[in-house]
Amino acid sequence: MPIPSPSLSTAPLAKHWLRLSPEGMFELRSGKVELGQGIAAALTQIACNALGIKSTQIIWVAGDTRHSPDEGFTAGSQSIEVGGQAWQRVGDILRSHFALAAAESMSCQVSDLILRAGAFHGPSGQQRSYHQLAQENKVAWEDLRVDAEEPVLLTIPTESETVTRSDLWRKFTGDGFIHDRRLPDMWHARILRGPHPFSSATEWPVAQLEKLKGVERVLIQNAFVALIGRDEGALSKAHAQARQLVNWIVPKIPAQQPAHVLLPSMDKKSSIALHEAGQATPGNGPGKDRHRLHRQYSRPYIAHASIGPSCALASPTDDGGVQVWSHSQGVFNLRDQVAQALKLSKQQVQVIHEPGAGCYGHNGADDVAFDAALIAHTWGLNVRVQWSREDELTVSPMGAASSVDIQAGLSADGHIQNWHVQVWSHAHVNRPGWGNGLQLLGAWQALPDENPPEPKDMPLPAGGGLRNAVPAYEVGELTVEHHFLESSPVRVSALRSLGAHANVFAIECLMDELSEVSDQDPVAFRLKHLADPRARHVVQKVAEMSNWHARGNAGSGIGYGMAYGRYKNKAGYCALVAKVEVSERVKVLKVWACVDAGKVVHLDGLRNQIEGGILQAISWSLHESVQWSDQGIGSNVWENYPILSFLDVPELDIHVVNDPSNPSLGSGEVVTGPCAGALGNAVAHALGIRARHLPLTPENLMLAMDQSHDQVPS
Amino acid sequence: MIHLQHNQSNISLSADPQGDLLHFLRDKCADASVRFGCGSGHCGACTVLIDGQAQNACSTPVWSGEGRHIQTAQGLPEDKVGRVVLAAFVEEQAAQCGYCISGILVRITGLLKQHLDADEAQIKETLSRHLCRCGAHARILRAVRLAQKNLQHANTLP
Repeated sequence: MPIPSPSLSTAPLAKHWLRLSPEGMFELRSGKVELGQGIAAALTQIACNALGIKSTQIIWVAGDTRHSPDEGFTAGSQSIEVGGQAWQRVGDILRSHFALAAAESMSCQVSDLILRAGAFHGPSGQQRSYHQLAQENKVAWEDLRVDAEEPVLLTIPTESETVTRSDLWRKFTGDGFIHDRRLPDMWHARILRGPHPFSSATEWPVAQLEKLKGVERVLIQNAFVALIGRDEGALSKAHAQARQLVNWIVPKIPAQQPAHVLLPSMDKKSSIALHEAGQATPGNGPGKDRHRLHRQYSRPYIAHASIGPSCALASPTDDGGVQVWSHSQGVFNLRDQVAQALKLSKQQVQVIHEPGAGCYGHNGADDVAFDAALIAHTWGLNVRVQWSREDELTVSPMGAASSVDIQAGLSADGHIQNWHVQVWSHAHVNRPGWGNGLQLLGAWQALPDENPPEPKDMPLPAGGGLRNAVPAYEVGELTVEHHFLESSPVRVSALRSLGAHANVFAIECLMDELSEVSDQDPVAFRLKHLADPRARHVVQKVAEMSNWHARGNAGSGIGYGMAYGRYKNKAGYCALVAKVEVSERVKVLKVWACVDAGKVVHLDGLRNQIEGGILQAISWSLHESVQWSDQGIGSNVWENYPILSFLDVPELDIHVVNDPSNPSLGSGEVVTGPCAGALGNAVAHALGIRARHLPLTPENLMLAMDQSHDQVPS
Repeated sequence: MIHLQHNQSNISLSADPQGDLLHFLRDKCADASVRFGCGSGHCGACTVLIDGQAQNACSTPVWSGEGRHIQTAQGLPEDKVGRVVLAAFVEEQAAQCGYCISGILVRITGLLKQHLDADEAQIKETLSRHLCRCGAHARILRAVRLAQKNLQHANTLP
């Protein structure tokens, strides 16, 4: 039997996951960190219920390189599948071993035991707690292997608990964020950066910088310039002024054009990523198609746009190393990169996770942590570094743009018989630890020999730019062609769902276009090409929820659009219907979603992820696009990077399929692509005209209308 | 010297009158609940009530707080409306990362003190001064309605 989580191989002993504190508490350890997605509540619930303890009995230690298991990044909707499965197994093994010891200690049978709040109760009123059994040396648990392939697992009756988030009160009313941490004798720092992450300057106006009110020291190492002061308010104003004092040189980048024009014009490395011959039915070659469509879709670069700017603290340590507090998604990778950059051993660097604002992928969290580590190590200061709003929107990585071109053919009976997709996009992951070299902005500036490593994308089946480029449908002959673009006008790295947002948007729009050209209902057309009963169920369910068949004719100004996707083609299932009103702009009136993420661990947390995923996908798909020019990134404040407003929040109707017989699947990114597809289809239904390029702004709708007059039907 | 009431406390502190209220509250008054989001009054994360009126602390000079009552999310547990709003947000789990929520709690407390019967459009209009990136909007709206209902119910009690 394979072990249920890769985390158990990297942290194979029980003591890597649990410490029994002398005060009677259970210190539970995890490598998966709280990013606002509520994962700590879900994981503690799994752990507490497996151990038969209460959430009031625990101390949760997550993402601390000194104590936690290394579970890689908290990313990719993997925390329940990997982190949750790990804790389920650890808890099951520990409970079983302690139960055996408890039964022996109380001279009873394991089957006589009941487990309540960390104590095993025997049949005649006696009890033994985990802590007692451990103190009495009744069980040698610390070096127990949790990666055993065939462990002894015993079920003991216990009460299970639904854990609610314990972090909210402090985050609402007090010092719940990394931004609120303070160190003794602490300096504030702001890093002087230009309007583009790779902008430079021929000289630094040091004398002028030193005169700015609030600046007490200017620290310079090559192109890394930090302003230091004790008064954060004064320093942040000085930082804004300082940016204006520098003659910035912006690197030569291509002029801004729509993604579907720009990306195919760039230097590329092309390859056939996947080819499947499909079912050999007679006459399914491209020449034999009854209908054939060739369409191009795209999405632009999208900012992570965290509400709180990235922040970190660092402090030099007695052994010549450095301790760092960070809201990174991968503290172990960050530790390794900091150690490499500062020429320290891994043991000399500790990274401790502290909550930041939501990141939705690789934002400035790791960069600012290195900024702090460099200052602490090089200048020997206890330091807190916070980025400005402009830093966050200009020099942190963006989600990569994609251009997606699909050709597909339909048989005489309306079946898809061939599908050829081409994706032009960049590396969707440039996180620290990904690729050969340092992925830290400050390291490229401070260290003369460090440059961004050669980009590489995540290959299929997970895929980066190709994530969900493989349609979820039976399409006959399938070709997936990848045009990998190494250079990009803006810095890019992981944004929630990677390429799935653009790819599912493209696939689902084309599915509607194919159904329209062959006069088939979009829902029936999808069902015709879906064999997986779970996929069929979510599609049918959402059609029923939205009263799909009463949706009316196209072109009325009110539109309904449907879309389906299975994230990464292997995680959660989602079908979604959007209802929109299009007059001068797109207004989303209601969204219905049906999600199947297998066995539900934490229903409210799951619903929160679905709700948030829908609203964020509406924001991306209707409003967002990073702007640039030869002066750098233009979308550098909220005014010119608008995101979803409370005025535009639609009604949401969400149904979660909860089938405990199916394993729990990650679902933080499951709705992103289907939501984009449903919006595209709803807008087309409302207008009777198809807009294929995101975002669906009034300008892009006007362009689509203009082009529809010139278009020859295929 | 600046004299003002910060939640329940009267304070007198020396401070740069031209500095912003956000950093004054965070650094001099040990009030971390006032959050820096943009520094330009666009996101609402730093919202405070000044004599009952919602303001962005990042764009408010310290001198303008002289003699005024400044309420922040830190003080909401002691405020008879604020504590109901806070409880409703916890009950509805109305957050993801939570970074935008402190300012929203303050704004909604101010709104419900003045307009307990605010309708949906008024609530959304009021909240449109705030940005939320996680997509917790639907929960936030539910929490506001719950707080409103609970406060209306409390008003009908003898």
